[in-house]
Amino acid sequence: MVLKVFFPSCCSSADSGILIGRWISEQNSAVILAVIHFPFIPVQVKQYLGEVQRVTKVSVSVLGSWSNSKQEKEESLSEFLEDLGTIFCHEPWIQISKEGDSKFWSCSILQKHSKNPQEEEIILVYYDQRKVMLSHLHPPLDTAGQRAEDASKLSAIFDTVARSQVLFMTDRYDEGPIKLTHWQSDGVEASIIVELLKQTSVPACMLLTFLLSLVSGICRSRVLKFWPLSFLWSKLSTCEQLGHRLQHLQVISSNKKAQNQNQLMRKANIFVSLLIDVALGILLMSWLYRKNRIGHLADTLIPVADHVAEELQDLLQWLMGAPAGLKMNRALDQVLGRFFLYHIHLWISYIHLLSPFIEMILWYVGLSACLGLTVALCILSDIIALLTFHIYCFYVYGARLYCLKIYGLSSLWRLFRGKKWNVLRQRVDSCSYDLDQLFIGTLLFTILLFLLPTTALYYLVFTLLRLLVVIVQGLIHLLVDLIDSLPLYSLILRLCRSYRLAAGVKFRVLEQQDGKPLRLLMQINPLSYGGVVQTYRLPTYSCYPRDSWASLCKKLFLGELIYPWKHKGDKQN
Amino acid sequence: MAEERRFLSASGVPIALRRRQHSASCRELAVRGPRLQLRSLSAATSAVWLAAYGLFALSENSMVLSAAIFITLIGLIIYLHFVKIDQESLLVIGSLGIQVTSSYASGKESTTFIEMGQVKDVVINEAIHMQKVIYYLCILLQDPEDPQGISEVVPLFQSSKPRLDCLIEVYKSCQEILEQRKTAPQSS
Repeated sequence: MVLKVFFPSCCSSADSGILIGRWISEQNSAVILAVIHFPFIPVQVKQYLGEVQRVTKVSVSVLGSWSNSKQEKEESLSEFLEDLGTIFCHEPWIQISKEGDSKFWSCSILQKHSKNPQEEEIILVYYDQRKVMLSHLHPPLDTAGQRAEDASKLSAIFDTVARSQVLFMTDRYDEGPIKLTHWQSDGVEASIIVELLKQTSVPACMLLTFLLSLVSGICRSRVLKFWPLSFLWSKLSTCEQLGHRLQHLQVISSNKKAQNQNQLMRKANIFVSLLIDVALGILLMSWLYRKNRIGHLADTLIPVADHVAEELQDLLQWLMGAPAGLKMNRALDQVLGRFFLYHIHLWISYIHLLSPFIEMILWYVGLSACLGLTVALCILSDIIALLTFHIYCFYVYGARLYCLKIYGLSSLWRLFRGKKWNVLRQRVDSCSYDLDQLFIGTLLFTILLFLLPTTALYYLVFTLLRLLVVIVQGLIHLLVDLIDSLPLYSLILRLCRSYRLAAGVKFRVLEQQDGKPLRLLMQINPLSYGGVVQTYRLPTYSCYPRDSWASLCKKLFLGELIYPWKHKGDKQN
Repeated sequence: MAEERRFLSASGVPIALRRRQHSASCRELAVRGPRLQLRSLSAATSAVWLAAYGLFALSENSMVLSAAIFITLIGLIIYLHFVKIDQESLLVIGSLGIQVTSSYASGKESTTFIEMGQVKDVVINEAIHMQKVIYYLCILLQDPEDPQGISEVVPLFQSSKPRLDCLIEVYKSCQEILEQRKTAPQSS
């Protein structure tokens, strides 16, 4: 069997001593965590290891001896090291020795109770202790839950090093009976900024929680739940976005510490995303308010609305004539055209009524961009929806008319053929009609059929306009979704400290020498950017197309109203 | 100890297989394809720039020339960094696992390590690729629930596509190491 020894590269230049670590018998591998130097008292070492084992729940024990002789090999030292094997009995006892500055170490194993005394091959794997301790292994995304006990061998090693953090807390300046060498033995690392942040975070969280409870209390008050207002809030996407961000703030300001890696990353991602959002929002606001751009925007809003209305009027005049050479039914055409023209006239009057207040409203609404870029984009989308409200109305009128016509036609077509729709059985049955029923039915059928092209054309034109507006709004919402769900903290971590997010390991074969064990270097293989985004995506109230293409086309053909973007909270009809 | 032999790939370009034995249970097999030729690079660049000059002569807009230079540079960087694979290697370490590395022409290396516990076997398979039937080497991964089943097939040497004679050499080397894990006493 092959014996694998995982040796930390920070201990390569340590003085002679004994090796402590964890022996994983199922994989025949030894993970070495630190080196204890001479002089030591074996009883104290055993006591210390017992304490470490109790705190970390990792079975740390003495695995072998390490001798780093600057001169030639000393015979007495090697015998002394073998005798140590009897004091700390561990099966097998690993002896590693390094001569001078040589890269090639000799490694031997003492097995007292070996059943088959054959020469075992030894593989020496160097690993960077700090990186392995800090990194988090990401299993592939399709592992089932029951693989937990059949955990990969590498995760056992990562786990061992990560959980032994208390072992690395003593450095060489500590006065104690045990002198260790590990990655932090030259001085424990700490950061003033991190400590300051930890101290200030508790009162900041409490303040934030208090403010949030006030805000959510106001939001839930009865005043805002009356029918017109609640309908308005549910339709405006700005309110949804604000509610979403409020939820995020509640997650960040909660007092509970994050239980595991995922929760910690999620909190950090939400925090960074909020920060960047607000920063971009303030940037946008400062750009808008400089040189009175908001005033210019408000001044151009009314002419733009007028221009859109004029274009619509031209379109209707064209439809009332002979659009694309088609011949319309004169009377119906005039009725529909005049109806829509009057509607536009009303709309323009209302806009002109509002025009003195537009600048003030826009000025105050623009201030809310400081809540974030996403809120500003949602407000833009809502303004577009409000300005194109007449297009929405026209679409609804046209669709309803067309839908009525289609249903009437299909029902009268059945009558024409002598069949009827059986509501009880939900199928088409034959039926005998009276003569006058047949006569009137056929007459109505003919009238509806010949009026179909006119209605269909109006329906087509307004549906296309409505789809255009829906696409523009959809693009804005896609952008908002992107900003909401992008895990910026994880991406920056992957860029700057790529060893923290590990997809696996990679081995590099170092120089070999005959007769010495195989030397490998284990490095961390970082997760790809796509993997990072997929693992740490923030959940959103995403709007994605509700219908497939086929059902969308069917709805368009039948004249049913379409709402292409579904929100997560909507019930399915 | 290292040895190198020349073979042909499935499309006829010469490739080289290099075998290195680091220890009794560790072998490295690397297949190296041909390097980027100066000829093809100059031909592609000249074609793009001639087309750009032609467009410039027609439209009198100098933006076309700058755009052509930009496109050539960006295209070259993308090709070297994401498309052109120089060398694909297989490192088999008995009792640890199998590591598959692809080195790109810009120096980037993309590595995957598969632990020995997940590897069921290494086999040569046939596949229909465009209008040809080619042989390829693949690693079969064990299905954790079903001991007889296979959860995934990982194909190797996908960009150099060596022919059967080269694949047989690689197959034999891998099997010698994989057999060692069967003769060794089974650990729980």
